[in-house]
Amino acid sequence: MLCDNCKQKEANVHITKIVNHEKTSINLCEDCAREYQEQIGFAQPTFSFHKFLAGLLEQPTMMPGKPGISTEGTKCPKCGTTRQIFSQCGKLGCDQCFDTFAAGLSPLIKRVHGRERHTGKVPKRSGQDIMLKKRLENLKRKLQELVIKEEFEEAAKVRDQIRELERGNC
Amino acid sequence: MAKHELAKRASKWMEGTGPQSDIVLTSRIRLARNLKSIPFPHLLNDEGQKEVIDKVVQAVNTTTVTGTFGKMDMLLLEYLSPLEKQILVEKHLISPAFAEKKKGGVALNADETVSIMVNEEDHLRVQLLMPAFQLEETWKAADILDDALEQTVDYAFHEERGYLTACPTNLGTGLRASVMVHLPALVLTKQAKKILGSLPQLGLAVRGFYGEGSEAQGNLYQISNQITLGLTEEEIINNITLVVQQLIDQERSARNRLKEELYHQIDDKVNRAYGILANARIISSEEALKLLSDLRLGIDLGMIKDVDPQILNEMISFIQPGLLQGSQGKTMNAGERDLTRAKVIRTKLAQQRR
Ligand SMILES: [Zn+2]
Ligand SMILES: [Zn+2]
Repeated sequence: MLCDNCKQKEANVHITKIVNHEKTSINLCEDCAREYQEQIGFAQPTFSFHKFLAGLLEQPTMMPGKPGISTEGTKCPKCGTTRQIFSQCGKLGCDQCFDTFAAGLSPLIKRVHGRERHTGKVPKRSGQDIMLKKRLENLKRKLQELVIKEEFEEAAKVRDQIRELERGNC
Repeated sequence: MAKHELAKRASKWMEGTGPQSDIVLTSRIRLARNLKSIPFPHLLNDEGQKEVIDKVVQAVNTTTVTGTFGKMDMLLLEYLSPLEKQILVEKHLISPAFAEKKKGGVALNADETVSIMVNEEDHLRVQLLMPAFQLEETWKAADILDDALEQTVDYAFHEERGYLTACPTNLGTGLRASVMVHLPALVLTKQAKKILGSLPQLGLAVRGFYGEGSEAQGNLYQISNQITLGLTEEEIINNITLVVQQLIDQERSARNRLKEELYHQIDDKVNRAYGILANARIISSEEALKLLSDLRLGIDLGMIKDVDPQILNEMISFIQPGLLQGSQGKTMNAGERDLTRAKVIRTKLAQQRR
């Protein structure tokens, strides 16, 4: 097998890349592999990571199905961070920024992490509202299904559960 | 804590005992956390920064925290000298970028297994640093500390993005797990570059001893996860544990091969290193680190018997400029440091031989 890069020497280094559970392999000769490693294996001191990140956000943020949506010119109502500021320093300003710049951030997050949804730990107190919201959503969906199926007895039980949860919320 | 202790006391990780401590020096967990509704540190004025520090002080002083991790001291950057900051960096308790800051604080417990940087890039950077290969235990301790802190402070958390961080690269779990490995045999057999070069493809980053941009001095490498979002904490820990175990196995077999095929050359190399360290009058930190790595290999291969293996763990920090000056209680120029460094190492080795 010839090296994928120079296509001249024999490839004897095989690198398997896994992104989003998809495997792709790269086959390189020793020389190209060394160069490849030097490029990405170690952070270079002169390399500004935040600028690099911000550059990713500069890419067109048009998303399929949502033509024309751009976060250009948006300003976070809470901390005043603008898209221009983010482009310069690569940092978000506050928790609200994640909603303000949601559309632009999505592709960036996907590029960095390969995924968009958190699946790990949820803080017990700050996460309480979120867990409650999720449970309510689920129950409301269930209620609708039961009503459609005309299972009113079950539906009444679910409705009571929803009321109880909502009361606890206040 | 009296400040002068910083330079004298050794961190727990320098003890160097625990699982597979012949190859793994430290296991580290770092969690990035921010407080709800408060702008991130780079947007805070002095007052705002102080407010965050006060909240963290309150959180670390609860019995839930102190009962498990011991008493925590908050050191404020504005009251630390440049030397003291440097010592904290050399002990891996704060980041080099944080040391440059004027405001901010770091909470430390007595054995320095816990350090919480306040107002670095995020409001909190919670770090647990333990000796040897015990990433899972370290994560469990970090998880407990995180829960305990969360009883007092409200974290910024988003249903989809997880724990919110100033930089998108830390979103999700906010978890950075890293392991420091000593790989002299893989370097000697010229396999290190190839093997380590494949790690980015597995979502892992490789760095030198002092983090980003630093060279791999003394054959020491830090391996850490790059992706923080979309995986559970356990998955992240598991991935890196599996890969590091592979690295350890490779290093072990390379060591065995060296011992079988090149016994006399290696025996000569490590004993020369021993000879220089035990007798040199002037030594730079680069040379010392290189020779300490050789010495440690010799100890691990059974070629050098009268020196403690922990010498590497302890000395790699204590030969650094900041700790060297701090432990001697005076400032020194580079020339004086090279003299003192040689003396410190000579004395240490002489003590062990007795
Ligand atoms: Zn090639
Ligand atoms: Zn904002």
